Amino acid sequence: MTLEVVLVVAAALFSVGLYGALSQQVVVMVMMGLELMLNGVVLAAAGFWWFTAPEPSLQVLLVVVLAAMTVEMAMGFAVALLLHRTSGADMTDMAAELKQ
Amino acid sequence: MSLAFSEMSSVVLETPLPDLSVLRGVAVTALGVVAVVTGALVFKVDSMARATYLLAASFVAVGAAVVALHLDYVGVVVVLMMLMEMAVMGVFMVMLMGMNPALMPMSMVHSKRRALVAAGASFVVLAVGILLVDWPQRSSVPPEGPAGSTEGGATTYSLGDALMGDHMLVMMVVSPVMLATIVAGVVLAQAQGRYARLGDDLRGTTQGGRR
Repeated sequence: MTLEVVLVVAAALFSVGLYGALSQQVVVMVMMGLELMLNGVVLAAAGFWWFTAPEPSLQVLLVVVLAAMTVEMAMGFAVALLLHRTSGADMTDMAAELKQ
Repeated sequence: MSLAFSEMSSVVLETPLPDLSVLRGVAVTALGVVAVVTGALVFKVDSMARATYLLAASFVAVGAAVVALHLDYVGVVVVLMMLMEMAVMGVFMVMLMGMNPALMPMSMVHSKRRALVAAGASFVVLAVGILLVDWPQRSSVPPEGPAGSTEGGATTYSLGDALMGDHMLVMMVVSPVMLATIVAGVVLAQAQGRYARLGDDLRGTTQGGRR
């Protein structure tokens, strides 16, 4: 059991999440992709913690990642609600004016 | 006790520690594979309810793998937080999609080929980097908790010790960020604020008014 195994699995999780975030049209599904990417980051950080430096500092980093996940979800849903209310959009393509 | 931890965390090992136990190693790998498979199925299944459950399963698998890596507290928090988050996500799906999310087949994707290429390329780049890098040996020992505590309990104790000691700045930054998130979430999500109702001067006399 080595660090590489954990990191490769974490990279796979990250890439699956990246596929979801890029390909999905529904806002909620895009956020699922982002969550999966952060899921990979959590696993990678936990692997780093055990295999390189099992001391408190890296655990604190994990807590920060969890906080980032919470903020991402809360803000994402708030923006999704706002978009839905103002333009009835529940798909990313319906909010294409955001890129103008 | 806190002094002992900070001293312990900087101990440099002369010989590397024994690896994870075989059982834990197998568990971490198997749970990681489960997390990847369920994560991939999220974008494959036909219903949003199933997608939500599969994502929850992926998070539970990662949480369990994190526990197997002796990070009990963080792993349990991942599981609890993500199960609640997925429940909230299910509510949002019903709310925003306006359909029975358990029954409606769906495939709502764009740029599927490009997304697949980007995801595949990112995995290849990451995996090659992971396998080529000469990772450092472990440089410190896992913390020891109070007498009689398990390894997982000791890491939990040391995390609390760090957050309330050397790393308190992290807590002090994360807390206002969370508060700001609550406020921003309410501001963004509310249907009509007082400025929309009463105008810019909040007296109900200027433009704006009730929409």
